[in-house]
Parts: sequence; C-alpha cells; structure tokens
Amino acid sequence: MTKHPTNHANYRRWKNRVVQGVMIVMVAICIVPLVALMWTLLSQGLNSVSFAFLTHLPKPPGETGGGLGNAILGSLLILLFAAVFAVPLGLALGIYLTQRDGTRLASFSRMLLDVLSGIPAIIVGVFIYAIVVRKTGFSLHLGFSTLAGSLALAMIMLPIFARATEEALKAIPRTVDEAGLGLGLPRRTVIVRILVRAAMPSILTGLFLALARVGGEAAPLLFTTQRSDFWPSHGVTDLATLKPLLEPVASLPLVIFEYSKSPYEDWKAQAWGASLVLVVLVLAIRLSTKAFTAWRYGGQGTHV
Amino acid sequence: MKTSTRIPSDIDPLQLSIGEEPMTAPHQRPPSTQAASPDSQAATAAPQQPRLPLTVAPSTRMPPSRGVPTEPLETRIAVRNLEAGYANHKVLKSINMDVPPRSVTAIMGPSGCGKSTFIRCINRLHEETPGAWSRGEVMLDGQDLFHPSIDPVDMRRKIGMVFQRPNPFPTFTIYENVAAGLRLNGWRRGVMLDERVEKSLRRAALWEEVKDRLHTAGTGLSGGQQQRLCIARAIAVEPEILLADEPASALDPVATERVEELLLDLKKDYTILLVTHNIQQAARVADRTAFFLLGDLIEYGPTNDLFTKPKDSRTDAFISGRFG
Repeated sequence: MTKHPTNHANYRRWKNRVVQGVMIVMVAICIVPLVALMWTLLSQGLNSVSFAFLTHLPKPPGETGGGLGNAILGSLLILLFAAVFAVPLGLALGIYLTQRDGTRLASFSRMLLDVLSGIPAIIVGVFIYAIVVRKTGFSLHLGFSTLAGSLALAMIMLPIFARATEEALKAIPRTVDEAGLGLGLPRRTVIVRILVRAAMPSILTGLFLALARVGGEAAPLLFTTQRSDFWPSHGVTDLATLKPLLEPVASLPLVIFEYSKSPYEDWKAQAWGASLVLVVLVLAIRLSTKAFTAWRYGGQGTHV
Repeated sequence: MKTSTRIPSDIDPLQLSIGEEPMTAPHQRPPSTQAASPDSQAATAAPQQPRLPLTVAPSTRMPPSRGVPTEPLETRIAVRNLEAGYANHKVLKSINMDVPPRSVTAIMGPSGCGKSTFIRCINRLHEETPGAWSRGEVMLDGQDLFHPSIDPVDMRRKIGMVFQRPNPFPTFTIYENVAAGLRLNGWRRGVMLDERVEKSLRRAALWEEVKDRLHTAGTGLSGGQQQRLCIARAIAVEPEILLADEPASALDPVATERVEELLLDLKKDYTILLVTHNIQQAARVADRTAFFLLGDLIEYGPTNDLFTKPKDSRTDAFISGRFG
C-alpha cells in the first residue's frame, strides 16, 4: 500500500458522501411527481368529495350537486366479477405451470400469457366488444354490460395473476412438497391444501396488485360497459339473478373520462373528485390486502 | 402423474445380502397379509392402527449395547438387489440390506454416494422425481413395497420421513403442522386430535417449549425446534418406520445433540433409518451402520464392529478420515 492510510480513508469518506448525495437527489426526483400528483388530486378533488358525492346518483348537466354512488358501486362490481373470472383460471394456470414446469405445453402457455399481457387494453376492449357485446354476427350478443366489462378486465388480469401465482408457488421450497407426500397424502391434497395455502399470502398480493392495475382501466370499459346514470335497475339484491349484470353500468374511470372532457365546470370538478376516489379506492384495496395477510398469516410473505 | 419407471426384477428373494447373516425369519406376517385389500391398507391411518406392541419378547429385541450381534437377526426391512437412478445415470448398484426392527440403522458415506436415493426408495419418494427409475425389491415385513397392489400414498403413512432441512409447512401454525397429516387424511378437529398433537409434540421433546404458542407460525421456531416439529409431524400419523435424511446437518451442535437423543429415544418404538455423512453421528446413534460408496454398499454390520474392525479397506479409510 503506497497511499497514506489516512488519506485513503478520507478519500473513501468523500466518495461515500458524493454517492449518497447522488442517491438522495435521485430519490427526490422519483418522489416529486408522486407528491405533485397526490397534491393536485387532493387540492382539486377534495372540494367535490362529500357524503352525498359518494352515495348519490349523478344529476343532468345544469343542475348542481349529484354524486357518483353508482359509478363507485359499478367499479366494485366490475372488479368483483373480473376476479370471479380470472381467479380460478389464474390459479389453475399457476399450478399447472409449476407442476408441469419444463414440458412443452407449459412453455407454450407461459409464452401465450406473456403475449396476452403485452396486448394493449384498448385492443382487449375492442375484442370483447366484437365477440361478447355487439348484437350482430359472431358474438354472445350480451350488449353493453357489467359482465362484458368484467370479461375485458379479467383478460387483462389473467396473465398478471397467473404469473404471480406461479411465482408464489415456485417460492415454496421443494422439500415442503416432499414433506406432504412423505406424510402419505395424495399429490392433489399436497397441492391444494398445503402448497396453495403456503403460497396464499403472495397469491393474494398478486391478486390485489392485478385488481389495482385494472381498476383504473378506462379503455376496455369504453367498448364494453358504456355508461349509466342510474343504479342497477334490478337492485344489487337481485345479483343472484345476474340481471343487473346484463345492463350498461357506470364506472369511475369512464366518469373521469366523460366529465373531464365535458364543457361544464361542475362536471370538471366532479371529475377531480372521482379521480381522488379512484386513487383512494385502489390504495385502500392494496393496504387492506397487506393488513389482511399480516393479520391472517402473521406477516409472512407480505413483502412485494 | 407417474414420471418414473419401474423395471420388474427376477431376483431370487432368498438371496443373501452382502456381509449379512442368513435371514432366518424373513417373513414376520402370514402370507395372507400380502393379499391385503386396499381398504385394510387405508385403515392403517386410523387411530387403532395395529402397531407392534412395545412388550415384545426380549429375544426379538436388538441387544441394548452396540457390541456383539445376537443371532438370529430379526428383519423389518429387507432390500433385495435394489438399483435406482435418474434417466441414464445409475445411482444405486444392486443394494442388499436387512434392517432389524426398533433400532437405528445409519447409512453413512461421502456426498453423492446414493445415501439419500437409497432411503427415498424405501418410501418411494424417489419415484416422484421426474426421470427417476428403480428396480429390485424393498420388503417391509415380507411384503414388496413396489408390488403393483401397493398404493404408495397409503404405504407412506407407515413410513415417516424427516428431511435434511427443517421444512415446516409455511403459514401453518405449530398445531396445524403436527395435525396436518391427520387432518388432511380426514380427522376432524376435536379432543382426539388435540391429544394426538400433544402426544406427538411430547414424543418429539418439543411440547414444553411450544405449549403456550401452539397457534403461532411453525416457521417462527428456531432451526432445531423446527426440525423437532418436523419429527413430531412425521410421528403424528403413527408410522412404523422413520426415515431421517441427514436430519441434523443444518443444525448447530446443541440442536444436533437434542435430535440425536430424540432418535435414541424413538428407536424404542420405531425402526429408524438415519442417513448421515457424519461419521461420529453414526457412531453415537446407530446400532448398525452401512457404508455406501459410489452407489455400492461396501460394508454393513453392527456399528461397533464396523468402526473397530472394518472388513473393507475403503471403510477403514473413510472412518479414519482419509477421504469423504
């Protein structure tokens, strides 16, 4: 060592400070847009948010007041049924991809999922419009409806959720698998009752990340749900008959889209309010998952 | 589901094993048990499962000391011409070995000698690995475990296994870990289950440490406690054989000692096969020791004989630390 030790230590201390300074600047650059966004949302949107705003129906242009109760409910319903479609398929795919890893069909399915996740949301919307919504030609003739919107969102969720499930299952050590088999349990029991349960915190995290991701999508809903200024006509209590799911429905992203490009000042203000509600809703979904997994699984796997 | 292949053997079952005395009592059960229906197989998971009583005649017990073998040797597990491997790679080369009941038999040898593959053949976990194959016979009380009428799932309930790394089920509580084998085999919650969990945890010398936290995560325990939890989980289904694949290799010396004490205690009830690459561990715990090298059973006999007067120069070289 030719350098004087003290000089060298000084040099390293100086280098440490410089790198640390650069890091702080970088972090600040990342945080500024986030803070600015939240600030804009809160300052512009908070005025319009009230109890009535969250629970009432919208009013026609010109009349003041009115709320987005039906859009909040509609968004939740669309997300709920998107999950109903995507979860069984995604779980099955995730299990298949881990249990049959390395087979040609598994690689092929994985490639298809990657392709699916790369398809723009608006294309998914048009596709669902063509084969589910429209009332002519080769289609389910369902019309604009909650169900069609859910199908579109489920298609976007599926690759995200299936890959999250696959990763969650992959993270379980192989010896856990063998311990289950060693207890004299059939493989299906080991998979369903032990592996899936062990991966459940991460699977739930994946599910709610996927829900949060599609919860703000407007493009696929444009072509599938249209818009409604009313509550579901058969009432939520009639959900079992599925009738409320077969009519046009309001949703937060579309309300933001419509209201923000309208000429009415009142609607523009409400668009800000709706934006705030949507962000808070997505955040609430995310935080409640975290809280749930922490409570139910003692904090295991709540990272991500 | 099966990815492995099973090649039938045409081996004379009376063929003698390497370095072993003639089997004088190869079949403990009448031949009628060989025709046991799947129903009676499934019934072995029930609580009234027939177990070998603790009060066997003294003459059938292994000698308490690790010294001179007492003849004739009673046989619980008889391995005949067992070969196993993965795809084109042969790991085990025609193993013959008799394991007596209620004893610890150590399988010792350097890494990659086929120790783990060997005991994984005994509960047929080996065949769950893609590309794995085996041939030959593994007889439990005279019944071939590879016979087509044997369901490996039922069979594994009789043969518990403890693994190299502690592997409690993630997100399962301590109680749920121990109860898993029973619950998932149809036992209901209740006093019976509570009692079995307590009994198993006591047997695994873990009860006192966890009785106040039964409903906290099993993965929250220390490594040594987790391994004892895994032993409790394995014995909760009341198997007859216990396979231990280097159960202490991931543990510190104190935890290792506790696990070894536990194995010595458990051998009163169980037939234990202990895989270890640790020579001292075999010497401390095992009644009989087998030395494996490159897929061959080099030498097998009472631990004391094998360590004091090894018949094979390779055994001598291994136990004196010249390789491995």
